[in-house]
Amino acid sequence: MTGRRRSALAFVADHATFLALAILFLAPLVFIALTSLMSADQAGTAFAWPTQWHPENFAAVFDKLPLLKYFGNSLIYATLATAFMLISSVPAAYALARIQFRGSNLLFLAVIAMMLLPPQVTSVPLYVMWTRLGLTGSLWPLILPNLLGDAFSIFLLRQFFLTIPKEYTEAARMDGCGELRTLLRVILPMARPGIAASSIFLFFASWNDYYGPLLYTSENESAWPVSYALAQLRTARSVDWNLTMAATLVAMVPVVLLFFLAQRVFIQGITLTGVKG
Amino acid sequence: MAAAPVRPGAGRSPSVAGQPATEGATAHLSRSRRRRRELVALAFLAPALLGMLVFFVFPLVMTVYYSFTAFDLSNPPRFNGLANWRYLFTGDPLIGTAAMNTLWFVAIMVPVRIVGALAVAWMLTRARRASGLLRTVYYLPALIPPVASTIAFVFVLNPGTGPVNQLLEAVGIDPPGWFTDPAWSKPALALLGLWVLGDVMVIMLASLLDVPTEQYEAAELDGANGWQRFVYVTIPHMAPILLFALITGVIGALRYFTEPAVASATAQGRAAVGAGTSTLLGWPGNSTLTYGQLLYSKAFGANLLGYGSAMAVLLFVVTAALMAVLLRRSRAFTPEVAS
Repeated sequence: MTGRRRSALAFVADHATFLALAILFLAPLVFIALTSLMSADQAGTAFAWPTQWHPENFAAVFDKLPLLKYFGNSLIYATLATAFMLISSVPAAYALARIQFRGSNLLFLAVIAMMLLPPQVTSVPLYVMWTRLGLTGSLWPLILPNLLGDAFSIFLLRQFFLTIPKEYTEAARMDGCGELRTLLRVILPMARPGIAASSIFLFFASWNDYYGPLLYTSENESAWPVSYALAQLRTARSVDWNLTMAATLVAMVPVVLLFFLAQRVFIQGITLTGVKG
Repeated sequence: MAAAPVRPGAGRSPSVAGQPATEGATAHLSRSRRRRRELVALAFLAPALLGMLVFFVFPLVMTVYYSFTAFDLSNPPRFNGLANWRYLFTGDPLIGTAAMNTLWFVAIMVPVRIVGALAVAWMLTRARRASGLLRTVYYLPALIPPVASTIAFVFVLNPGTGPVNQLLEAVGIDPPGWFTDPAWSKPALALLGLWVLGDVMVIMLASLLDVPTEQYEAAELDGANGWQRFVYVTIPHMAPILLFALITGVIGALRYFTEPAVASATAQGRAAVGAGTSTLLGWPGNSTLTYGQLLYSKAFGANLLGYGSAMAVLLFVVTAALMAVLLRRSRAFTPEVAS
């Protein structure tokens, strides 16, 4: 009897906590959404339920700001960065996971060091280098390095490749496949979730990047990606809160959509960075 | 899973074992095979190796060199001995503030985020139905671009008009100034960090679900209550993950930039953070000025590339020490994974 009452109590307590947490995590998003639908005047005063609804704010934000240009820049940045990363990092990760060679341990440690290194450490020489190459003021200093491997992606892909049983690569080698054929025909089809996860992570990282665009594009507005431009709305452009919030919501749409489309591989990927091994 | 993990570096092909008769020939074959394999590995790794040289080794060497020079973008570096270093340790009036602010985030925000993430993950393990939906809801804020979540948070915590302070006033609490008050700006950023704890939470959740249930059952038979089971079964099992979260969190705090920079500019409502206007970082009253932001503003705002490089070298030394601990202790990062 007491046991049942206690478990009923625990049930209520658990569900109350679930609900409270859900409200806490969602409330700021609800406030943003409500504000994005207010008039400019109301958005500037004490927060309350919208007195009038202004869904046209979402059209206005595209009229008043070069939002499509910003989105285009973000899309170019994130897409090219991801494509370049795959070309350079998949073979590197495969070599680290499945080919035995001297120095592979050391190389793996170097990959981890690169991955954890704060970007500020190397900013000065790299900025000087890109200035000499005449590429500051564009997003190329952020896109091109992916052609030469991205440390986090190499790390993540390697962790994925390691989960594929060795027998498959060994069988392919027995059948006389070279390493390239083994990678393309055996590993890649099996590593699709890993490739999807690493692509999504890099796409997100590029889409959300603020420090990189600040460093390289802040003086050339036509190169601004949306994450950097967003930070300028309230400041340089004195955009009202309602439109700022509408733009903020619009900027979230692509990453949230992509997340819902690929939630499973995404979560699996995060887990693998910290837990696996 | 593989029966006997072949250690890289041991280098012998398995076919050699147990064939003493043809040892010479096989050894020769395996040597040439090894050479071939190393060439293939080299080919696969060539772009990444070049990337390591260009984007890691070269800038590190150059940063050390620049740290002993006076250097701006219009003039070539001029050797000036230890001047940057002397200024760093004895002259710069802001570096103490920036270091203390960064230390605040390391000492308070990082543990708060880890404990918060662990608590939310633990709650999720108690969910029977809809645990996937709850996980998504709790994770959602972590997905939002940091610039967007920061702007949203500045709005939500806006002292005069924001919904949070409206609510606090309604229940009779004198609301703080959050991002506009030097005493509350860092706690406000920590709250933002809690809102986006999903990234850490997902890792914690995976590790929590990984604890063998027999261990809980055994502990329960021994009369351990819920809290004791958590302390004596869960925590030891999660030790590597907690260490991983702690060290990546600390390194994250050392590079902490976007959130304080955007919060400072947005709360101020002024043009900020563009080149040359980086004096507006750290508002209010340098309370959100982190080491990474000071480095940026010295190097690229004030065009003191030599001094910025000295700050970068110091940042690297601290990060490298933390990485060494992580690499030594964390299983996720050991090269030889017995998958």
